[in-house]
Amino acid sequence: MLLSKIIRTGLVTEPLNSDSARFIEVVRGTGTEIRRHLGRALAIREVDAGSCNGCEIEISGLTGPVYDSERFGIHFVASPRHADMLLVTGPVTRNMEVPLLKTYEATPAPKLVVAVGDCAKHCGVFKGSYAVVGSVADVIPVDVFVTGCPPEPAEILQGILAAVGRLPQKQ
Amino acid sequence: MKYVLEVAQTVFALALAPLVVGFVRWLKARLQNRRGAPPWQPYFELVKLFGKEMVVSKEASWLFRCAPYIVFVSTLAVTFLVPFLFAPLPFDGVGDLLAVVYLLLLGTFFLALAGLDPGTAFGGMGSSREMTVAAIAEPTIALAIFSLALGAGSTNLGRIVTQTLGNPAAAISPGHVLAFAALFIVALAETGRLPVDNPATHLELTMIHEAMILEYSGRYLALIEWSASLKFMIFLSLLANLFVPWGVATAFTPVALAVAVIALLLKLVLLGFFIAVLETRVAKLRLFRVPELLGVSFVLALLAVTSSFLLR
Amino acid sequence: MFIAYGLGVFAALVGGRKSFGRWLVALGAVLGAGAGLALGATVIATGTPFALSIPELLPLGGGLALRLDALGAFFLVVIGVVAIPAALYGAGYTAAYEDGRASLPLLGAMFNLFLLTMSLVTLADNVLTFLLMWEGMSLTSYFLVITESGEERVRNAGLWYIAMTHAGLVMLLAAFLLLTGGAGSGAFADLRASAASLTHGARDAVFVLAFLGFGSKAGIVPLHVWLPRAHPAAPSHVSALMSGVMIKMGVYGLLRVALDLLGGGPAWWGGLVLGVGVVSALLGVLYALMEHDLKRLLAYHSVENIGIILIGIGAGLMFHRYGLMSLAALGFIGGLYHTLNHATFKGLLFLGAGSVLHATHTRNMEEMGGLIKRMPWTALFFLIGAAAISALPPLNGFVSEWLVFQSLLGGVSIPVPEVVVLMPVAVGLLALTSGLAAACFVKAFGITFLALPRSPEAAHAHESPFSMRFGMALLALACIALGVAPFAVVPVLGRILAGLGGLPDTRAEFTLNVSLQTPSAFGQMSPTLMALGLLLLLGLVPSVLWLLRLNRQRRLSDSWGCGRVGQTARMEYTATAFAEPLKRVFAEIYRPMKELTVDFHPGSKYFVQSIEYRSEITPWFDQALYRPFLQSATFVAQQVRRLQAGSLHLYLLYIAIVLILLLIVARWL
Repeated sequence: MLLSKIIRTGLVTEPLNSDSARFIEVVRGTGTEIRRHLGRALAIREVDAGSCNGCEIEISGLTGPVYDSERFGIHFVASPRHADMLLVTGPVTRNMEVPLLKTYEATPAPKLVVAVGDCAKHCGVFKGSYAVVGSVADVIPVDVFVTGCPPEPAEILQGILAAVGRLPQKQ
Repeated sequence: MKYVLEVAQTVFALALAPLVVGFVRWLKARLQNRRGAPPWQPYFELVKLFGKEMVVSKEASWLFRCAPYIVFVSTLAVTFLVPFLFAPLPFDGVGDLLAVVYLLLLGTFFLALAGLDPGTAFGGMGSSREMTVAAIAEPTIALAIFSLALGAGSTNLGRIVTQTLGNPAAAISPGHVLAFAALFIVALAETGRLPVDNPATHLELTMIHEAMILEYSGRYLALIEWSASLKFMIFLSLLANLFVPWGVATAFTPVALAVAVIALLLKLVLLGFFIAVLETRVAKLRLFRVPELLGVSFVLALLAVTSSFLLR
Repeated sequence: MFIAYGLGVFAALVGGRKSFGRWLVALGAVLGAGAGLALGATVIATGTPFALSIPELLPLGGGLALRLDALGAFFLVVIGVVAIPAALYGAGYTAAYEDGRASLPLLGAMFNLFLLTMSLVTLADNVLTFLLMWEGMSLTSYFLVITESGEERVRNAGLWYIAMTHAGLVMLLAAFLLLTGGAGSGAFADLRASAASLTHGARDAVFVLAFLGFGSKAGIVPLHVWLPRAHPAAPSHVSALMSGVMIKMGVYGLLRVALDLLGGGPAWWGGLVLGVGVVSALLGVLYALMEHDLKRLLAYHSVENIGIILIGIGAGLMFHRYGLMSLAALGFIGGLYHTLNHATFKGLLFLGAGSVLHATHTRNMEEMGGLIKRMPWTALFFLIGAAAISALPPLNGFVSEWLVFQSLLGGVSIPVPEVVVLMPVAVGLLALTSGLAAACFVKAFGITFLALPRSPEAAHAHESPFSMRFGMALLALACIALGVAPFAVVPVLGRILAGLGGLPDTRAEFTLNVSLQTPSAFGQMSPTLMALGLLLLLGLVPSVLWLLRLNRQRRLSDSWGCGRVGQTARMEYTATAFAEPLKRVFAEIYRPMKELTVDFHPGSKYFVQSIEYRSEITPWFDQALYRPFLQSATFVAQQVRRLQAGSLHLYLLYIAIVLILLLIVARWL
């Protein structure tokens, strides 16, 4: 019965369009070496540096059937030792500053960092709070910012692909 | 000449292993109504991992750095003994089915030690669970070997294959079928597939195999992942070629070898499809339910031995 | 040999506390063991027994008769193989006793006497010599066990040990009495000749009594309770000897009586031995898993391995009954090989545990950790021992377990279907014990040596002195050699078994394989080639990677702990935690006692101040079997005490009554 439902539903993955300039800010360009290494198989470790979980909900949609990040060779891993890229959300709270640094340190080179959400870029609505340290870029070097509160899964995916230089060309 | 073919077979198996794992992953993606990565994705992952730096914990010792090699080498040694394409193998006299089981246990032993080495709680948890599952799966494997050896008159893999080829009726005897079922459950347990262990989980508290390798990176991780996929392929090939050996070449002619390759691929595709459907259908068992599942497989194996003995 | 051991005794008594005294003791032991080893080897190689008899020494019972045939020679070789490294190790280890905690002269003297009496047990050729040397062995080992008699635990262990070993002796006396009843003298040759004329009931009784008596020395369940108490209490090199060699004397005795003197018997003998072997193996390893005292863990593992040896021997006895001689030889070869292997790797493990104890002054695994960095050689040798006992190829444990498995697989040839159906159960349980043993040694090695130190003593541990390391290295080399070269050992074992109880001379070919040609189960394996192949691949893989320029740099960093700030030893896995899933799986057998106390803050029951968790596993033999027995014995003893009222007149009255009764009875008869 489950199998018949699977067959009836068919593939639901949406193709990724790319009008991304609005919400992707590439801070540091990726060299060809990184692209060669990480372009086809990317392991991502998601780090919640104090976010409200809005971005997390959008990120969790990435592995679902509609957005299907796996078709680009992206998969999420549990340990930063296995990861190539850190996907950081949230304004960096004081308690999460050191863990974020340790996570970055635990990731083997070559590595990339994509910061997701307005909070990650400029602390969003929490700007000026006593509990936040600052933008993610104040703690670890960031390669791509994906702005939005929260950004859509498609936008996040395009941000990730932009970081490895695999963004599909504009139609 | 035969030795060259044997080495070629091993290289073939080594090269094919990631594809098998990738295929199962691709099928699962399709069953989840999404496009998924292509079946050859694991090759890209291995190449990438070999190119990454290795981060090693300060508290780890030389054991941590040696374990991936030991695991890889022991699994590679097993591929010399398994009849993937032809039987009997030139190295048939070096090890039989019992030797295969214990060589795989050698890899598990050192991987479990490597999980304990960095001193993290996750590693210890993974080691503890892995050794529990491995220990409880041992009786079933031994009994499945017993029932196969009863039918074939030997524990050597080559002889088992040739005996079954020569006596087709034996392949559908109740002993064989029950042993297949028991060994299938054990294969799921030993290679860390659902319902025993989810290979794609990110929750450390649900991990068994993954938890031991959380500290590994770079080349070490590549070797361990490759050994895991090789172990998966070994188990699937054993299930395929010991129980349904048609297609395995007994002569070293090019035609026979080509047939053997196609037959093996076909069997792997079938088994992979079955496993993918099973993994989609079934949820992961609680750790303390796993002994019950393995107990079921033990009973199946015991029935297999008794029936193959009584029906001789 | 006598001279060498005598030298050792003398040196011990004279040298005493000075350091050269320790070395003389070790020298004496080494020379004696070496002489024994040489003697045994020549007997095995040439096939001619060595005989020596001194009838005048003890005219009652035929005097002191010694004869070394192949079986005894094998066990003499086993003694030698373990005694030499243990003695060398002891030279360094006993330095710790120079502070007067234990009497060094007594230790040295008893050590040499122990080795002497044990060697003479294998040489004994009549009942009197055998029992005399057996008792001597037990007494000297008792003194060795209570070396550190300052601690109550040690004295308690000694008491259990001496009580059980004497109970075993009583059963042996009964068995030998029954056996000599038919023959004229106590000489083994006469016993062998007259054994056929005994009634079936007598033979069965002899077998059962001998099995119980020798089994209690070997450590079968449920007569094993002295093992986990006595072996940890003794000094480590003594534990190595006791566990590695002395319990094998039980196996020797069983083989001598059942196979040689009685010449084999009905199938239920073999079935009994096999069944007890399986139960011992399983229960031994299950209790070993739950231990966090390193030496108790090893002691329980000895129980397990004796079980495996008995499985091989039981299978051999069963096949012998059914006339399947080559399979019987296979079973016995497996049992004997495992005897030799267990002696080497258990000796190695106990010496390693002794080094750890020497360095950290604790036996509790929960207080160790990180020793691999501070004691690298000990860790390496312990790892070899742990891998060997877990039956990992290409070491020696794998070869003997493979042989035992193959002999059980051959069980399908037995013509009795009911027996055959039980064989798979034995195979399955043997595989289970093998898997559990691997799990147990991952725990033992991992918690003791890996990760961070869990106590200040472990953090400041030092490597063992050279003599201790040398002893361990010898045994480690033996483990590797026995694993890689079974083609040298198996033919020797076959030759040893030839002629015993009618077994044919099964000489396996001198090939690189260990190949078996048996009617139903034929397996081939070559550990030598496997070892070579593994080494080759181990060298090949890094070379290939280096050639492909896949060299990346390596960076040291903290362990990944989800980003927490520091890592302490409290965050590691503990030994109890490691074994916890298995404790839950086998909870019906363990019946653990669990106690959880939670202290709440007086102000609010939502704040927890402290949580205390206690879990204890008491082996249920102690409660179900021994406690009632001890209680009833104490009760009876207390009742009998009433007779001793202390009054002289009452005693005189007792004597008078008994005299009159005796006269009446004598008159009647």
